Amino acid sequence: MNEQTKPVDLQALEDLYHEADYWHVNTGDQTIHAKRMAGRYRTIKWFSAMVWLAFFLGPYLRWGDRQAIVFDIPGRQFHIFDITILPQDVWMLALVLLFFALLLAAVTSLAGRVYCGYFCFQTVWTDVFTWIEEKLEGAPNKRVKLDQAPWTLYKARIKITKHVLFILIGLLTGISFTLWFADAYELWGDYLTLQAPAMAWGTVAVFTFFTYLFAGFMREQVCFWLCPYARIQGVMVDRETILPTYDFARGEPRGKLKKGEEQNLGDCIDCKQCVAVCPTGIDIRRGQQEGCITCALCLDACDAVMDKVNRPRGLIRYASLAEIEGEPSHPLLKRPRVLVYVGIMLAAIGGIVYGLTTLASLELKVLHERQPLYVMQSDGSVQNKYELKILNKTEHDMQVTLKVSGHDALHVSGVEEPLAVPAGRVSAYTIFVRIPGEQLTAERIPLTIKVIDTDNAEFSAEYNSMFFGPAQ
Amino acid sequence: MNDKNNPAQSPDTGHVWDGNLRELTNQPPRWWMITLYLSGIFMVVYFILYPSIPLVNDSTEGVLGWTQMKRMQESVEKIQAIRAPYENKIKDLSAAAILADQDLSTYTVRSAKVLFGDRCSPCHGGGGAGNPGYPVLADDNWLYGGSIETIQQSISNGRAGMMPAFGAMMNEQQLSDLAQHVLAMAKGEEHAPGKELFTSMGCGGCHGAQGEGMQMMGAPNLTDAIWRFVPANEESVKYTIAHGVNASGVEQTRQARMPSFQDQLSETDIKKLAVYVYKLGGGQ
Repeated sequence: MNEQTKPVDLQALEDLYHEADYWHVNTGDQTIHAKRMAGRYRTIKWFSAMVWLAFFLGPYLRWGDRQAIVFDIPGRQFHIFDITILPQDVWMLALVLLFFALLLAAVTSLAGRVYCGYFCFQTVWTDVFTWIEEKLEGAPNKRVKLDQAPWTLYKARIKITKHVLFILIGLLTGISFTLWFADAYELWGDYLTLQAPAMAWGTVAVFTFFTYLFAGFMREQVCFWLCPYARIQGVMVDRETILPTYDFARGEPRGKLKKGEEQNLGDCIDCKQCVAVCPTGIDIRRGQQEGCITCALCLDACDAVMDKVNRPRGLIRYASLAEIEGEPSHPLLKRPRVLVYVGIMLAAIGGIVYGLTTLASLELKVLHERQPLYVMQSDGSVQNKYELKILNKTEHDMQVTLKVSGHDALHVSGVEEPLAVPAGRVSAYTIFVRIPGEQLTAERIPLTIKVIDTDNAEFSAEYNSMFFGPAQ
Repeated sequence: MNDKNNPAQSPDTGHVWDGNLRELTNQPPRWWMITLYLSGIFMVVYFILYPSIPLVNDSTEGVLGWTQMKRMQESVEKIQAIRAPYENKIKDLSAAAILADQDLSTYTVRSAKVLFGDRCSPCHGGGGAGNPGYPVLADDNWLYGGSIETIQQSISNGRAGMMPAFGAMMNEQQLSDLAQHVLAMAKGEEHAPGKELFTSMGCGGCHGAQGEGMQMMGAPNLTDAIWRFVPANEESVKYTIAHGVNASGVEQTRQARMPSFQDQLSETDIKKLAVYVYKLGGGQ
C-alpha cells in the first residue's frame, strides 16, 4: 500500500555481512586432519564404539542347532534366541522403531547429540579410519605435508596400504552385515569359495563402497550435508540441554599467554587446541552450531591445556546454556518434554513385552465364505463354508484336531482329522458346517472354531466366526 | 576463514538490489555437483540402454531391446514355469484322480477360480450361489448327479432337461390340486386330489413314483427342500406344470439349458472346472 519503502539500515546489513564472514562453511574443500589427544572423553568414546563389536561378532553366536539371531528374509521369519517372529508379529517392529526414535529424542533433549558423538557408525568408522591414518602417516601436520608432497614410492606405498586397509574394513563391514540374514558359517564358506548368492555379493559391494566413501573421504561432510538425523536433533535441543559448551563468561576476553606480563584477560589462552582436535573442524568457542556432533573431544583438549597453565578445568564443559548464563535449571522430572518422551517409550516397551509374552505357537484365522453366505441343502439344513488358515509358529510339525462350538446340532464336514500343520507355515483347509433348518434360532449364530495340537493340548488357537442362515 | 564463502570478498554477478544486496557466484557444495554430474551420466546411459527418445510413431529402441511386452511375457513364463509341474500332472490324470490328490486339488481350486468366474458365474453366480432359474452349485442337490464324472459330463456336453406342457390337458382346478400336492411333497405331506393326478398324469414316469426324481433324465426330486424354479409357491409350480420346461412348440415354456463347453474349453480346463465345482461344497 505504502509506495514509500523504508530506508535501508545499511549498518545492520554491514553487520550481517560481517557476521557471515565470521562463519566458515565447511563444504569439504579441505580435508580435516584432527589431532588425537588422550583424555576422559577419548576413553569413553572407545568404549562406546565397542558397542559395534556386537555388529561384527553377533552372527557367530549359536542357539541350539542354529544361529542365535538371524533375519531370514526368504523364509519370512526372524529368529532371536528362542523367539521366532513371523510376518504376523511384525507390528512389534514398529514399536521397536518407535522406542528408538523416542530414545533419540529423549537423550538429545537431555544431553545433545550423544548418538552422533559416541555411537553413530559414521563417527565410529571415521574414528577408526583416522586412527589408521595416524598410525600410517603420522600426526596431522605430517599428513598435510604428505598430501602436498609430490608422488614418491614412499608416498605411494603408504597411501596404497591405507586405502587397501580402508577397503578391507569396508568389506568386513559389508560381509558382517549380510551374516545377519543367513547362516554365518555357511555364508562365509560361500564367500570363500565364491559361491555366495548375487544378492549377498551386491549387498557387500554396496556396503564396501559406501563405507569406503563415507568414512574414507566424506567423513564430516556426511554429518554436515547428508544426514537427516543431524538436522533433526538440532531442533530437539533447548536451553536446559547439557552440551559441550565454552564458558565465555570465564574465557573472554581471550588472548595469548605471555610470560611475565600482567594481563587483564579471561582464562582462554587462544591456543586453538579445541579446534585442532575437532573431527568436524569447528570452533566450539563460537557457541552451539550445526557442525558440532557433541563428541566432547575439545573438552579433553582444553582440560589438558588448563592443567598445563594451572587454571581450573572445565573452561569447555558439559553445561546447559541456562547454566552458563546463570539461570536456575529445572530438575529432570519437571521438564514436560522429558516426561512425554519417557511416557511414550514406556508405552512402546509395554507393547513389545506384551507382544513377546503372548506370542502364540499356533495361530488360526477363519474366513467365512461370502459368496454365497449360506447354502440351503436338500434336507432343509443350511450349510456355511469356512476357510481355515492355521499357522504353526513352532519348529516341529503338528497334527491338530478341530472343535467347532456354538450350536448343539451343528455338523462339520469337508476335512479328515487330524489336520497336518507343517512347522513355520500356514496351512489352509476348507470346512463346511451344517445346521438343520428347523433348529436355526437366529439369522446369525456366533461360532467358535478351535484347533488343538494332538500331542500337546497347550498348543491351541481359536477364532470367533459367524454362522449365517436365511432371515428368520 | 577468508574463503569463497566470504560475502565481502566473493565475486558477484553484478546484480545489486536495495543498494546493498549482491548476488554472489558461489559454487554449490561439491557433493551436490558430483551428484548432478552423476545424474547426467545416468541419463545418457539410460537413454542408450532403454527406449527413451520419442519419435513420430515410435521411440528409439535402446540397445537392450527392453519392452514392456517382453517384460510381461517373461513374467507370464515365470508363472507358467511354476505351474508347469501341476499342469503336466493334471493333463494325464482323470478328474477323480485329481480330486483324490490333496496337493493337486488345492492347486486346481486356486487356479480355476478365474476360469469359473469367466465361464460359470455369469449364470450360476459367484461361488456357485445360483440365480433364479439357474441351479445352485454349492448345495448337495444335483439334477444329474453330483459325482465328479457327472459334473465333468455336464460341463462338457451341456444339459437340457425336458418336461412337457400339461396346460392343455388339465383344467384350472386340476392344475391347482397338482401344484398343491407338489408343494406338500416337499414337506413330507400330501394333497389327496393332487396325488391322484400325479399318478394319472404320469408324473411319476420321470419324477419317480414317490416324486424322488430321476437323475438319468435330470428330473428333479420333488420331495426335497430345493426348488429348480423359485419362488416355491403355487403360482410358480402351476406355471411349470402348465408350460413345461424346454417344451417344444410351447412359447411360454420355462427355459433351462446349460450350454456345452467342449468346443470352447480344453479337456484340461473342463477337468479343472469339474473339480472346482465339486469342491464348492456339494460334490458327492
